[in-house]
Amino acid sequence: MAPHGTSPPTPSPPPSSPTATSDRNRRTAPRPRTGGALRNGRGDRITVALMLGVPAALVLGLVWLPALATVVLSFTRWDGIGGLETIEWIGVQNYVDAFTIYPPFGPALSNNLIWLVVLFTVPTVLGMFLAVLLDRQLRGGALYQSIFYMPVVLSLALIGFIWQLIYSRDQGLLNAFLAFAADAPPVDWFGNPDLNLYAVLVAAGWRHTGYIMLLYLAGLKAVDPTLREAAAIDGAGPVRTFTSVVFPALLPINLVVVVVTVIDALRAFDIVWVINRGRNGLELISALVTQNVIGEASRVGFGSALAVVMLLISVVFIVVYVATMLRGARR
Amino acid sequence: MHHSDRDPPALRRRTLLRALAGAGTLGALPALGGCGADPRNDPRRVTMAFNRVQEMELAGMNDLLDVFHAATDYTVEVDNFEPNSYQESINNYLQGTPDDVIAWFGGYRLRFFAERGLISDLSHLWDGPLAGSFSQAHKELCTGDDGKQYLVPYYSYPWAFYYRPSLFAEHGYEPPATRAELLDLCERMRDDGLDPIGYGTREGWPAMGTFDYLNLRINGPEFHTDLANGDAPWDGPEVREVFSAWAELLPHHQPDPLGRSFDEAQTALLRKECGMLLAGLFVSQALPEEEADDLDFFVFPEYDTSVGTGAVEAPTDGFMLSADPRNPEGAEALLTHIGGLEAQELYADRDPQALPAHVDTDTASFSDLERKALELIDGAETITQFLDRDTRPDFAAVVAIPAFQRFLRQPDDIRELTSDLERQKRSVFG
Repeated sequence: MAPHGTSPPTPSPPPSSPTATSDRNRRTAPRPRTGGALRNGRGDRITVALMLGVPAALVLGLVWLPALATVVLSFTRWDGIGGLETIEWIGVQNYVDAFTIYPPFGPALSNNLIWLVVLFTVPTVLGMFLAVLLDRQLRGGALYQSIFYMPVVLSLALIGFIWQLIYSRDQGLLNAFLAFAADAPPVDWFGNPDLNLYAVLVAAGWRHTGYIMLLYLAGLKAVDPTLREAAAIDGAGPVRTFTSVVFPALLPINLVVVVVTVIDALRAFDIVWVINRGRNGLELISALVTQNVIGEASRVGFGSALAVVMLLISVVFIVVYVATMLRGARR
Repeated sequence: MHHSDRDPPALRRRTLLRALAGAGTLGALPALGGCGADPRNDPRRVTMAFNRVQEMELAGMNDLLDVFHAATDYTVEVDNFEPNSYQESINNYLQGTPDDVIAWFGGYRLRFFAERGLISDLSHLWDGPLAGSFSQAHKELCTGDDGKQYLVPYYSYPWAFYYRPSLFAEHGYEPPATRAELLDLCERMRDDGLDPIGYGTREGWPAMGTFDYLNLRINGPEFHTDLANGDAPWDGPEVREVFSAWAELLPHHQPDPLGRSFDEAQTALLRKECGMLLAGLFVSQALPEEEADDLDFFVFPEYDTSVGTGAVEAPTDGFMLSADPRNPEGAEALLTHIGGLEAQELYADRDPQALPAHVDTDTASFSDLERKALELIDGAETITQFLDRDTRPDFAAVVAIPAFQRFLRQPDDIRELTSDLERQKRSVFG
């Protein structure tokens, strides 16, 4: 938020407004359970009902019900054709199959994990570094900022095309350069399953860096400059100022970045899908779910089981995140 | 640092509510638009789903419809779809409110849609106005498990080994007719510094071509069908022999096929970096016009004299009739028109690789390559479809492609690969 002095005068509610009263009540004294706030007439009750009810209905209808349906479907065999009566209940068979006779599943789990670790280590740190640099009001800072952010706004098809130009074995820029500079034999960047994940992670990191940079840049702009001045007066160098003063002040941004990175790692999908539909070394859970459910396969039950596994992994992170937030709020 | 206790910026309750109300109204607008006269009941209107989007394909369809419009009272409305997403969403599409006439392929999934009642029986067209228009092999492709026809075939394109005659002439190569001759030719090409067989299967599906043809040549078309239907075992000696033959050919392919897209392999053929490429006639679309003569093909060589080379892999496109068409008469008139000689030739004029399915096709205006390709299809004892059209899509996409890719990485563990395939097949076919 803007500092108090410079913000335009915000039109505050008239003193007689019931909201203002209830606000004041809440701030000064613990609100009695049965008193004041909700006794303010029908209008307010409708307002509260709407403001809680609409989002609740949206969350319930668009998040919880589909999630629940996925869990239910994961115990079935269904090709998505015909009515619900064509669903065949097969218990946990889909899960057993996924863990025993579905070869891409193991690689997908570990690839998602690698994805997460790499996103955390390289692009996040790099993005933070770029943000700190750009925050120093370099000449042409806005230009750099746009360049680094560009990958985030490019369309999926374009990104796939760009990296194909670079990584193609026969006609790619990278192999041409390696052959020219080091006389190296062509490297199969997309096809070698020991290599292609990392090649793709460079592309994914290229995109993620810009995103993280922007988040930190916004965070850094909000850090009170007097903090830095104080640190400077105390004799801290730029590195010390950042690690001991600025970085801790960025706590809310750091949490956002953690969440964004985890979500990105679990959702990672588009680049591998463009390259080879998430096969041959590029298996990711999201790609497997898509292959099974959305693609031609229509293996709704099996794909749902995979999606549930993905959901469970996300739940672990969600619980950690919510617990952290709640602890922070309590403090 | 402490968190600010200041109020959030003044987004006032009423403003918010007003905005919400506005958004609600917006959401209701399309519903209102749905009222009024419903053009769908117009008895002259026929709708059609078409899954080709290239310029020449659209132009061909336009010409074909112009003739239809001139000859009848009907107006055809075409919905164009991008082919890949069309293929992926066809299940849902057929269950919604599909167009009356729907582009699709011959093979397993046609039979599957027919069995599920998602499309209409067209056998009265086959016995009536279209009688005698198509070969027996095409008829079988369009026939469901109940013996009735469900597709009007439109065009096919054969898969074969395509090569540049100028390159063959330069080195004095002869198109091989048998397994031994093929291997011999590969050796010679390698000695001349060429990659004998182009290979690009990054997308997964192109690898099916090699498997299909080896299987057709070693075990015959009946086994191909049994295998695709899930009846024959994947871990038996038949399939293992196919993989062994594939392993024998593999060193003669371009290296690193898994990182190369099919287009790139096609480029290698056109640049004469590789000697031949197992592909469909669509390769000719990529050839520059002034070199159009410099492309030819030979059929996949014979592996077993008792099996021969009578089976041709020729994916066939056509049109189906939806289960509950809004305008059945108009749709059937359109299907009859599409199955007619004039329409098929008009389309092929614009997109020459689309060889008309009609038996009376006049090949006078065809190039030598197209004529030869059409003769190959007409003379085929059996026409098979590409594995991903001939079997359950979940098996093709989720099981077969990853297994073939694994084979290309590790060609030496055939036994384990095939038993793995069989286990997954049982899980998929249930």
